[in-house]
Amino acid sequence: MERETISVTVNGRAYERAVEPRRLLSDFLREDLRLTGTHVGCEHGVCGSCTVMMDGVTARSCLTFAVMADGADIETIEGLGTVDAMHPVQQAFWEKHGLQCGFCTPGMLMTAVELLKANPDPSVDDIRDTISGNLCRCTGYQTIVESIQHAAKLMREDGP
Amino acid sequence: MKPARFRYLRAESVDDALQALADNPDAQILAGGQSLIAMMNLRLVKPACLIDINRIWNIGYIDEEGDGVAIGTLARHNDVKHSPLIRERCPLLTEAYESIAHHTVRNRGTLGGNLCHADPSSEAPAVMIAVGATLELMSVHGKREVGAEDFFLGTYETARRQGEMLTEIRIPGRGADGWAFAEISNRHGDFAIAVIATTLRLANGRCEVARVVASGVGEHAARLKPAEDALIGRPIDDARIDAAAAAAAGAVDPHSDSHADAAYRRDAIAALTRRTVSRAAERCG
Repeated sequence: MERETISVTVNGRAYERAVEPRRLLSDFLREDLRLTGTHVGCEHGVCGSCTVMMDGVTARSCLTFAVMADGADIETIEGLGTVDAMHPVQQAFWEKHGLQCGFCTPGMLMTAVELLKANPDPSVDDIRDTISGNLCRCTGYQTIVESIQHAAKLMREDGP
Repeated sequence: MKPARFRYLRAESVDDALQALADNPDAQILAGGQSLIAMMNLRLVKPACLIDINRIWNIGYIDEEGDGVAIGTLARHNDVKHSPLIRERCPLLTEAYESIAHHTVRNRGTLGGNLCHADPSSEAPAVMIAVGATLELMSVHGKREVGAEDFFLGTYETARRQGEMLTEIRIPGRGADGWAFAEISNRHGDFAIAVIATTLRLANGRCEVARVVASGVGEHAARLKPAEDALIGRPIDDARIDAAAAAAAGAVDPHSDSHADAAYRRDAIAALTRRTVSRAAERCG
């Protein structure tokens, strides 16, 4: 079986691994690096659960081969914050009940982080448009929208 | 599911990619992968070999060309969507991008890949036909140009031959045209149930040039000539718009699926024709 050796940085840590070309980035993160915070839902780019940050912008890790990420800087949900030091977006989802089962949450958070980086004060329409590519089957989205609004507020207050 | 095994080749230049295509007749080009990898995951396709063009640094441009625009095949959807040059010179494409995919998919997906994929419900092919774009195809034997109207041949089928790669999309200058795009889909950003892209030019109050292009209602995006004929040579008033809408509905033979039946799609085409023709006529100003 032919393998390609790739080097990637994930959450600031450098990894070098040999992978089959068909290895999806989502499976590479979950199975080869044991970073199971990135969730795999539909595996054909519809649900958004597997969303990660690749070189500063969001990407569907199920629609990316690990070999395509050779040399890339990847951020996953594990790099966002910790239980003791939550990222403002995590804090906001916690306070505003932006999740129930939590399956879609890693993708929702990465998508929200990207939005708030570009737009510190998004309208409800901006938020709904941005998360339209992320499916949630629990919340009805209302509390997710409120969480992202709250996160924006926390980040503005916390800002420089 | 997981994709089937394939050989992976990485091209560092267009010449590299063309040589790899010539040497590997079983190869497919891998651009953004937002459609191809999804289909591979579902094992709808099993290419034996992929040539990754994502590292080719000089094919993601969006440049002026004369009074038109030249777009490199690897330009990402979000770059095209937010390009001031495209907004100025091909606003129909900017308007269409309001309906094309979701933000994260647009980060990686490419315009060239979208056109070569030729999904029957895709928006960009309709826009390319409506503005009279030209597609440049290259192989180790040289290059040729194909008009967008002649590029789309069937469902997932284009005029691109084995060994060829789409390298550039050229959009002519807009001139005094009016334009409008409209789509009906179940959710914003999802696959379209029906699409119409319209361009018009008026001379002395009469319609001189009309293109009414549909997507989502046939095997590929295509002009609806009877709708265009209903407009050409006359002032665009309510009666003409009704006639064009009726002609458009009569010109399509849509399919039924779980999203919409054929009758609904035909009604949608009439409604979208009415909306786009009247908005395009207003914009002719």
